[in-house]
Amino acid sequence: MSKLLLIAFSPAEAEAASGFAQSFGMPFDLLCLTGSAPAVGAEKATEANLEAIPPADGLGTALAAQSTEYSHVAAMSSMKAKDVLPRMAALLDAAMVSDVIATPAKNQYQRPYAAGAAIATVEVTSDKTVMTIRPAGFPQGEPNPNGSTEATSLDITSKAEVTQAAQASGGRPDLTQAKVVVSGGRPLKDAATFEELIGGLADHLGGAAGATRAAVDSGIASNELQVGQTGKIVAPDLYIAAGISGSTQHMAGIKDSKVIVAINTDGDAPIFESADFGLVMDLFDAIPELKSKL
Amino acid sequence: MKILVPIKRVIHPYAKVKPLADGTGMDTANIKFDINPFDEIAMEEAVRLKEADPSITITAVGIGGAECDEQLRKALAMGADDAIRIDLSDEIDSSVVAAELAALAQELSPDLILMGKQSTDSDRGQAAQMLAVKLDWPQASFISKIAVDGGMVNVTRETDEGEEQLQAPLPCVVTADLRLNEPRYIALPGIIKARSKPLAVRPRMTDAQSKTRITHLAPPPERPPGRMVGSIDELVAALKERGIA
Ligand SMILES: Cc1cc2nc3c(=O)[nH]c(=O)nc-3n(C[C@H](O)[C@H](O)[C@H](O)COP(=O)(O)OP(=O)(O)OC[C@H]3O[C@@H](n4cnc5c(N)ncnc54)[C@H](O)[C@@H]3O)c2cc1C
Ligand SMILES: Nc1ncnc2c1ncn2[C@@H]1O[C@H](COP(=O)(O)O)[C@@H](O)[C@H]1O
Repeated sequence: MSKLLLIAFSPAEAEAASGFAQSFGMPFDLLCLTGSAPAVGAEKATEANLEAIPPADGLGTALAAQSTEYSHVAAMSSMKAKDVLPRMAALLDAAMVSDVIATPAKNQYQRPYAAGAAIATVEVTSDKTVMTIRPAGFPQGEPNPNGSTEATSLDITSKAEVTQAAQASGGRPDLTQAKVVVSGGRPLKDAATFEELIGGLADHLGGAAGATRAAVDSGIASNELQVGQTGKIVAPDLYIAAGISGSTQHMAGIKDSKVIVAINTDGDAPIFESADFGLVMDLFDAIPELKSKL
Repeated sequence: MKILVPIKRVIHPYAKVKPLADGTGMDTANIKFDINPFDEIAMEEAVRLKEADPSITITAVGIGGAECDEQLRKALAMGADDAIRIDLSDEIDSSVVAAELAALAQELSPDLILMGKQSTDSDRGQAAQMLAVKLDWPQASFISKIAVDGGMVNVTRETDEGEEQLQAPLPCVVTADLRLNEPRYIALPGIIKARSKPLAVRPRMTDAQSKTRITHLAPPPERPPGRMVGSIDELVAALKERGIA
């Protein structure tokens, strides 16, 4: 029987991926690993109430055991999902498709290829499919009561052990779900300047701060702010890129933004080819003025 | 200690590639190829571990046709002791990569498999995790620091929230993130020396079949052309017109 299991690491992820689940074309259940399961229209919602996300080896085994009855398993494309879903695919002997942006037909999936240089159509030749999805490609989910909600306790034993958990820096909205993202590149000089200008404008607009790899590499911004092919994929209503050249790898992470604004001193910077609005201006003048007028 | 480092040949990350007009593949005429950047980082880290502990041996392994020898030679020039190419020219998905690497690992019994977190052409990010399952090993993915000590590997790994510390017993599969290191420049003597290092070619060991297949590659949708504005005032007005701000 065709049925989808939507796995969410948090209630916010369940909401973000609900549009995909509601439009995928088969009934679905929800497994929410932390927090309470939001009303997204699942036939059955299960809450695992984990206090922390355990290492992938134990978690993958536990999640695969929960998934044996399903033809399809999906989770939003986060680093947590990328860590553990391929393990589930191997355990379930399922096909795996990463970063799905559209599902044009049965057993067909579309996904970016080579940092978005192409959109690949992938055909699955297996009865079971595990996938990570990018919510921006799918309609917005509608709140909808779940059929039933129950609690489960997952039996998880891992060989690996987290000796020090990551500290979420908090304060700003999650990059992958923010409505406004302000990002800065290499010219931001240092962490304090980045925080003052990029962080300051982001806060002013109620948005998240992002960065290029060049900014992360030079210690200007912390790694979890990296946006792009190998960082986070964002899809805000407004993306402001200040002092960013527009490399293929960076653009791969921002293509789903509704409006892209680029501020760069070099009128020939490639980012202007993809920006909705381009402004040739020094960011050290532009950002404060923008903050005072927006 | 023995380290296995898988090496994939990919389109150079800075090459401008487009899909062929008929959608059957990417147009790679006159396009440069290189080691997958994440695999190069993994190899660099293996070499650094070996420099600190000369008893370590490093085997580079590639799956592909004869053209992949170029990237395996580069891995040898970086410092791998030997290289193996599993001769398989078909398009394969990560599940087949994992199956072949697992079969080889069962034969060679490495303590550590250090690999890239994703291929930059297919961007799948699956082979390492699938391989770890097939070997029933733990994994440490997206690492930016590694220390190996007394049968344990301690890593700093990148997560959605920031850095986490993770410890896992060997044998283990580890995947490299960009920040792990910056690969060395290979000087000419290294390249010459690499020519005499062993590179074995062998047939595939499993009958694993791909479960996914790319049927079409299309150009990405183009964004409607944007426009240049001359001042912040004009920008703010334009955003208001779009219903933003
Ligand atoms: C395998 C691989 C993966 C990668 N993944 C990613 C990724 O996920 N994300 C990512 O971002 N990069 C990634 N990169 C790196 C990418 O190729 C670029 O090197 C990087 O995005 C460049 O960052 P940048 O735009 O900040 O720096 P630069 O390219 O140096 O651009 C800086 C820009 O700032 C402009 N500028 C300078 N001063 C000012 C000023 N005062 N005011 C306004 N503008 C100014 C300059 O004109 C220039 O255009 C990856 C690379 C590889 C090889
Ligand atoms: N053909 C191949 N030969 C050797 N290693 C590979 C090959 N394909 C994938 N890998 C390894 O698996 C990692 C993840 O690949 P992927 O799942 O394709 O993103 C890569 O970084 C390589 O280390």
